[in-house]
Amino acid sequence: MHLTPDHIVVARWGFAHINATILCTWILMGLLVICSRLLTRHLAGPEAPRSRWQNAVEVIVVMLRTQIRTLCGEKGDVYLPFIGSLLVFIGGSSLLEVVPGWHAPTASLSTTAALAFLVGVAVPFFGVLSQGFIGYFRHYLKPSAIMLPLHLVSETSRNLALAVRLFGNIMSGAMIAGMLLAIAPFFFPIPMQVLALLTGAIQAYVFALLATVYIAAAVKRGQEE
Amino acid sequence: MDKTTLIGMASIVMAALCMAIGAIGPALGEGKAIAQALSAIAQQPDASSTISLTLLIGLAMLESIAIYCFVIAIVLIFANPFWNFMVR
Repeated sequence: MHLTPDHIVVARWGFAHINATILCTWILMGLLVICSRLLTRHLAGPEAPRSRWQNAVEVIVVMLRTQIRTLCGEKGDVYLPFIGSLLVFIGGSSLLEVVPGWHAPTASLSTTAALAFLVGVAVPFFGVLSQGFIGYFRHYLKPSAIMLPLHLVSETSRNLALAVRLFGNIMSGAMIAGMLLAIAPFFFPIPMQVLALLTGAIQAYVFALLATVYIAAAVKRGQEE
Repeated sequence: MDKTTLIGMASIVMAALCMAIGAIGPALGEGKAIAQALSAIAQQPDASSTISLTLLIGLAMLESIAIYCFVIAIVLIFANPFWNFMVR
């Protein structure tokens, strides 16, 4: 039993090796790019009847847009591509767990740390975009300059929490299935696998939601002053 | 008792304790949060979307505490740095 898919080496050339995390990430990225390309190739206009696939995609996009608008207001549509990519990537990696031999790349701390790093970069980026460079970074010195280390610690720790939360949830799902396979094989792992699918979907939603909340907090702070 | 046995024993006992104690706090907190949110939704069904959104964010924060404990327990059992050092 492997703790993370990092330890499963798929191919090796000399000192370089490809582990299951890298392989599954690239497979998932390719799959998402091809699927979105195929789905958005023939989009119907507002009046024309929609195809089945367009309906399915519109459900996700509209749901996400409503959520972002509740948190950020009407201007929130700018964040839709970023938040949507996070949601689809994390959700897809957990839901593909039904395919035998698939290792969710989010069960590796490297992947989740990279995703959390993206959020950590996006928050100041959107903050600077909305309030300007000085306007955004001034809040680090409020209410006084003594608070600077505390602001930095709080931002770092919440991104760390984002990474560890996703990693812990997805890894525990794979781990419990592996343990039960050794203790009580055949039937009992299946309900736990279903539970892991549910957890994966919820965690994808939670990750996207928290990213939205952090961005909304950074952007709103400037509007209130 | 040599050092290796001591480290192994302490790790296993502490992993179990970490998970057991670490689950109590978040469980109580989440129960309280959900109960409050349910009574709030029962009083004001119109605000249910806002309440459940805030509830989910709060639950995610609470849940992460239990997840930290779980990760530490898993590290103690499967990837214990002290154990690896002693065995090597």
